[in-house]
Amino acid sequence: MNNLSLVIRREYLERVQKKIFIITTLLMPVFMLLLSAAPALIMSLHTSDTKEIAVVDNSGVIANTLESNELAKYVATEQPLDSLIPSERWDGIVVIGADVVAKPDDITYYSRDAAPIELMRDLTQQIELAIEHERMEGYGIPDLDKILDEVKVDVDCNLMRINDQNEATESNQMLSTIIGFGTAFVLYMFLIMYGQMVMMSIIEEKNNRVLEIVVSSVKPAQLMMGKIVGVCLVAVTQVVLWTLVFLAISSLLVPAFMSPELSAEVAAYNAGTLEADAAYSDITLIQAMSALGNVGYILGMFGYLLLFLIGGFLFYSGIYAALGSAVDNVQDGGQLQIIAILPIILGLIFAISVVQDPSSQLAVIMSFIPFTSPMVMMARVPFDIPAWQIWVSLVLLYASFVGMVWLAAKIYRVGIFMYGKKPTVKELIRWATYK
Amino acid sequence: MQILQVDNVTKRYAAHTALDDVSLAVDEGSIYGLLGPNGAGKTTLIRIINHITAPDSGTVTLNGHRLTSDDVTSIGYLPEERGLYKKMKVGEQAMFFARLKGLSRGEAKRRLTRWFEKFDIMPWWNKKVEELSKGMAQKIQFIVTVLHEPRLLIFDEPFSGFDPINADLLKREILELRDHGATIIFSTHNMDSVERVCDSLTLINQGRNILSGNVEQIRRDASKGLVALEFEGDQQQLLAALGDRVKHYKLSPETGALGRKLTLELNDDQHVKEVVDLANEAVTLNSFTRVIPSMDEIFINTVNQNNILVQ
Repeated sequence: MNNLSLVIRREYLERVQKKIFIITTLLMPVFMLLLSAAPALIMSLHTSDTKEIAVVDNSGVIANTLESNELAKYVATEQPLDSLIPSERWDGIVVIGADVVAKPDDITYYSRDAAPIELMRDLTQQIELAIEHERMEGYGIPDLDKILDEVKVDVDCNLMRINDQNEATESNQMLSTIIGFGTAFVLYMFLIMYGQMVMMSIIEEKNNRVLEIVVSSVKPAQLMMGKIVGVCLVAVTQVVLWTLVFLAISSLLVPAFMSPELSAEVAAYNAGTLEADAAYSDITLIQAMSALGNVGYILGMFGYLLLFLIGGFLFYSGIYAALGSAVDNVQDGGQLQIIAILPIILGLIFAISVVQDPSSQLAVIMSFIPFTSPMVMMARVPFDIPAWQIWVSLVLLYASFVGMVWLAAKIYRVGIFMYGKKPTVKELIRWATYK
Repeated sequence: MQILQVDNVTKRYAAHTALDDVSLAVDEGSIYGLLGPNGAGKTTLIRIINHITAPDSGTVTLNGHRLTSDDVTSIGYLPEERGLYKKMKVGEQAMFFARLKGLSRGEAKRRLTRWFEKFDIMPWWNKKVEELSKGMAQKIQFIVTVLHEPRLLIFDEPFSGFDPINADLLKREILELRDHGATIIFSTHNMDSVERVCDSLTLINQGRNILSGNVEQIRRDASKGLVALEFEGDQQQLLAALGDRVKHYKLSPETGALGRKLTLELNDDQHVKEVVDLANEAVTLNSFTRVIPSMDEIFINTVNQNNILVQ
C-alpha cells in the first residue's frame, strides 16, 4: 500500500465510521421525502379559522349567490358601511357597487388584518361566476351557460422529442423538470457540504499541528490529494446508498401503494398500448409512475449524477483545499469560502432557468464551463439533449479538475506552513509561483 | 563518513530570505546541534532536509546521494510544533504513521507492541488521542518518529513541554539510539541541553551559518586569550603593568575569597606566561586561570557580533 492509498483509507474510514454519517445517510431520504411532501401537508393542515364577512351588496344580484365555506361565512347585510366598521363581529366587509355587472372593479374589501390570499381568491371567483351568470342572462338565450360549457375545450399537447436516431419519443416536460432541478440541487448541496468538509479538515490538521508530523512522511500534494479522494469516496458512498434506498422505494414500495387502475394503465403505457384519451389517470402521472418503475432509467440518471458529482467535487475541492491551507481558523475560512460558494450558487441559479429552456445558447455554454457545468448540465440531462454535449461537458470538467488540483497543490504546499494573518487572494496566487 | 551534507542552500520567501548560502556536514553516528535564535531559519533548513520544501538553490546529500522523496523513510523527524489526530485511537494512529514510513502491517504492529510495552503504555492502545495528556501524546509522537529505525533522526526542540522525568527518559532513549548507530540532529535554542551531548554544531543566525564545527574545538577557540585572575593590590598598577597586552578587561564588583576578581581578554594568546609574570610583580596574584566560556555565552556573543556586522 503506498502512502496515497493509506491517506485515502484513513480519510475515508474516519468519516464513514462516524455516527453522524450513518445517521445522515439513513435520515436524509426520509427528510427529503418529508420536504417534498411538506407543501401538500401544510395545505391540508390549513389552520386559519373561518372568517365572518359582511356583504353590502348594492347591486342586489351577488350577495345571495355567495356560498359560505370553511374559508368564510358570508353574511348579507343592509347596514351602511359606517355602522359596520366599528363592529368587532366582522373579520371583513365587502362592498359591492350598484352597477357591478357592468363595472366589475367596483368591489372593495375592508379588513383590520391582511386579507388571506385564499379567501380573496375564493371571494373573487364566486363574484366572477355570479357576474358571468348575470351577463349571460342579459343575452336572453336560454341555457347559454350550458352551451358555453359544451363549447369550452382543454387542449393537451403531446410532446414528442426527436432523438439522435430520428425517432420520435414521448417526453414528459414536468417529470424532466423535477428530475433535472432535483439532481442539480443535490449536486449543489453536496459540493458545498463536502467541499467544506475538505476545508475544515485541513484547517483542523493545521491547527493541532498533526500536519507537521504527517508531511515528514507524505508529500503535501499527496496528503491533499488523499484527503480529496477520501472525502470524494464518502460522497460517492452516500449517493450510492441513497440510490439503493430510492430504488427500493420506487420499485417495491410505490407499486404496492398504487391503485389497481393506475397500475394497469402504467403497464399499458409501458407496453405502448395505452389510449391516452381513455385513461382514467392523468397522463403526466402515468408517465411519472412509469419512469419510477424503470430501473434502467433511474440508474442512468444516478450514473450521470455520480459522474458530475465526482467531477464537480474534485474541481471544487481543489479550491476548498487551497483556501483551507491558507487560514488557520474556521472564521477566516468561512470568510474566504465565498470564493468557492459563489460560483456554486450561480450554477444552481442557472439550473433553475435552464430547466425552462434546456437548449438555449446560455444553457449550453454554462453547461460547458466547469464552474457551473455540474449543476447546469445535470439540470439538462433529463431533457434528452444531444449525448455529445454531456460528454464534452464531462471531459472539460475532468480536464479542468486536474488543472485546479495542480494549482491548489502549489498553494496548499506553502499555505500549510503559514500561520497568523489571513492571506489575500493576491498572496494565494503568489504562493502558487514559489518553487 | 558523512551521512548528511548541505551545500550552499538558499531559500527565499517574498519578504525575507530564510536561508542564505548555508552549508554544513554531519558525521555518521554523531550528535549534531543545530542552534540559533527563534526565526533564524532552523525549521526551514530541517524542512528542506525532510524534503518537505525545496531550496531555491543548493543541494542536500544524504548517504552520498542527492536527497529524494524516498529518503524520508530513512529519516525520523519530530517537529517542534507537533500534534496527533484527536479523534483517532492511539494504536490505529500509530499504525497509520508507521505504515506511512513504509513498514508492513505485521512489522508495524510488532514494533509498536515492543515500544508500547517498553514505555508501559499498552493500555492506551484503544484510547482516543483526545483523552491523553500532553506528555502522553508526546511519548506517542516520539515512538512514531523512531519506529522505522531511521539512520538519521531530527529532533526540533525535543524537550520543550516535557516534564523533567519524561525529558530525562527521552534523552536516555535518544542516546541509546545513537549507540545503535543512528545519527542525531538536535535543533534548539536551549544551549544548555546541547552542550553536554553534542559532538558538533552549527549556529545559524538570520539565515546564515555563522559558526560551525566540533563543540570542544569551538569552546577552545572561544577561550583563546581569556583569563581570569584574583589578586590583592592596586588595580591601576596592574593594568598599567600589563599595558597593551590587554584588549578588554572587566572587574567584578564583588571580592572573592582570594581577592578581587578581574577578567582579561588578551591581544595574543601567546602572552599568557608574560602576563602571569608581570601581574605577579605588580600585585599579589592569588589565582590565575584560563576561562572556558559556556556554549550559552559563545552563542550570545557570536549572535550579537553577527547582528552588529549585519547592521
